[in-house]
Amino acid sequence: MLENKTNPTHSKSTGLPRKRFYRARAHSNPLSDSHFPVPVSPSHVDYSTHYPQHFSTSDQAGSCKKIQFADIGCGFGGLLISLSTLFPETLMIGMELRDKVTEYVKERILALRVANPGQYQNISVVRTNSMKYIPNFFEKAQLSKMFFLFPDPHFKEKNHRRRVISPFLLDEYAYALQVGGIIYTITDVEELGDWMKACLDNHPMFEALPSEELEADPVTKLLSSATEEGQKVDRNGGQTFLAVYRRLAPSL
Amino acid sequence: MEDTPMEYEETNKDTEVAPALIAVHPTQNSVAVAIGSDLRVFDLLGGWAVSLVDDSGGSLHKDSIRAIRYGASGKLFVSAGDDKLVKIWSTESWRCISTVCSEKRVTAVAISKDGSYVCFADKFGVVWVVEVEGFDGSQPSPNKKAAPMLSHYCSIITSLEFSPDGRFFVSADRDFKIRVTVFPRKPLDGAHEIQSFSLGHTEFVSCLAFVCTQEYPQGFLVSGSGDSTVRLWDISSGSLLDTCDIREKAGPLEFKGIEEECCAAVTDLCTILDSTLVAVAVQSLQGIILLRCDLSARTLNVAKVVSIKGDTFIPTSLATSVSSGLLWMVTGASNLGDFQSPLARVRVVSDFMETGPDPTVLEDDETPGGEKLLGKLQGRVSIDEKVFLTAAEALKTSMSKLLIKKQYSTEKREFRKRGRNDKKLKQ
Ligand SMILES: C[S@@+](CC[C@H](N)C(=O)[O-])C[C@H]1O[C@@H](n2cnc3c(N)ncnc32)[C@H](O)[C@@H]1O
Repeated sequence: MLENKTNPTHSKSTGLPRKRFYRARAHSNPLSDSHFPVPVSPSHVDYSTHYPQHFSTSDQAGSCKKIQFADIGCGFGGLLISLSTLFPETLMIGMELRDKVTEYVKERILALRVANPGQYQNISVVRTNSMKYIPNFFEKAQLSKMFFLFPDPHFKEKNHRRRVISPFLLDEYAYALQVGGIIYTITDVEELGDWMKACLDNHPMFEALPSEELEADPVTKLLSSATEEGQKVDRNGGQTFLAVYRRLAPSL
Repeated sequence: MEDTPMEYEETNKDTEVAPALIAVHPTQNSVAVAIGSDLRVFDLLGGWAVSLVDDSGGSLHKDSIRAIRYGASGKLFVSAGDDKLVKIWSTESWRCISTVCSEKRVTAVAISKDGSYVCFADKFGVVWVVEVEGFDGSQPSPNKKAAPMLSHYCSIITSLEFSPDGRFFVSADRDFKIRVTVFPRKPLDGAHEIQSFSLGHTEFVSCLAFVCTQEYPQGFLVSGSGDSTVRLWDISSGSLLDTCDIREKAGPLEFKGIEEECCAAVTDLCTILDSTLVAVAVQSLQGIILLRCDLSARTLNVAKVVSIKGDTFIPTSLATSVSSGLLWMVTGASNLGDFQSPLARVRVVSDFMETGPDPTVLEDDETPGGEKLLGKLQGRVSIDEKVFLTAAEALKTSMSKLLIKKQYSTEKREFRKRGRNDKKLKQ
């Protein structure tokens, strides 16, 4: 898989996979049942295949590190790649529903690892439906950051329950996030931006991050610039709507 | 079609076959059986068949009942199912005191320990809650609107249960998942705080029950699944404490037709109160398996297999009361084809001693309520043997259609994709 020179889907000059060979349907229906393996529980997630350098089999003691950042609907993986060098000690995973897109991100990471020895060992991707299987991947309070960048808008009212931010799904995100953990959302669709903000405002376990903190956070500027979707919006001079919230302890 | 998740597409006749259900009043004042749309109640104190009074504006159930349940105090009874109606009954007058309309078919119900809330799950995985307030049993209360409380994203919820102390609310689904949620003070505002997920089953989870003793009043959860196991859980952490493989331990001889395909799915669980025994109903097992749960060692083991001689009696639902020490079982199915009336057959097991003789399956004349009860709950006193086999087959098919994930071949999946509107429109 790493012999890029003979791989026609990879660029000869950079060794990176070329996107046009990994085109996929623009939208997937998260409600339909696809067939991909799902870990029975978080302890069944095979870290050694995702992060071989951190979990080499020869190292008996092994690392007890756990994934801390999750990029939900990661698309072509731009955010993971930027975060990888910004937080080199943190394990992160992208979750993506479309199989071709997931394959592309996988190849992209492998190629980056080859081109930059020792780097990009902390990022990986998995094909899954995040709306159904978050609890299969992460234990309670395991994550410190979750990203939802430019999610599919699902405009029609009857399709609102397909939205990846919803009152019910926020319960699961609150479960996976540690107290103080941060959920980052951004969109160029105003209506969706309002929706995400309203869902988060109405949820008892989230509060908006104060603007000083948002400005000081090195991740903030990546939200609009690091991903493929963000760059597209930027090229077209589109407006973006940000909602960044912190996970609170529930008040009983 | 775009909006229909694949799992709900089939409105095939086979899935319309509903298993017979049984519930017993906590102090065995009455016994209820649901078969198809028919709800049958026998009053054991008075020794008569109950006639239900429904003047809440609606009628009785119009389609298969999928869940029935008594509240912990015995004052309330709830029935719900495919007609999207949740009916709350007073067990004193057997009047329907409230009918709640659901948007979707209802798959499971539960009543909070203090009797003030009724929760029900719909076919899209949403759990709704209604308040049962100012209930005095005689006055029908105005029909209420339910509030959404939590959701298993688009998965069929198979079972709902409150923990013995009422602190937690447990929901199980066909995607192998058990969710434990803190039951909030104001459930109408939603139940947002997830305590744990109990993950480990590798097929649909079909049933839940709690085992608790004086030393362990908070109780431990047991769950049964299509993966032929019963598992023991600590719900506060979600940790799996023990797994009991039913097929392995009970011995293959007990199962009818096991070699055809996996049909040792666990279909129902029931704790024998004041003991650490759990009765287990298994698809294709003519009888029940008794498991012993050792709460200090955190283990779950087969104690005995109680087989039922005579009819092909494969129980579809189990129930006990707090006081009697009897286990009530029913087997049956609605819709057995055009010429047959639905089957419901009731049997009772007694004597669950920790030591001493094996439990015994009571003969019809030893059954509390006797022929009068059987006549009411079964609809007839004697049943032709052939009907049992037909019912068992129909139920097996219907259950696997409803709960087991279809494994489409690659070609078939491509074909299905090609027929999809969203793809057609966009490319
Ligand atoms: C508009 S794209 C944005 C991609 C990326 N975050 C970016 O900013 O470039 C949304 C992505 O979410 C993915 N997606 C949608 N629903 C999903 C789900 N339930 N689980 C995982 N991924 C999902 C889609 O396949 C798509 O790649």
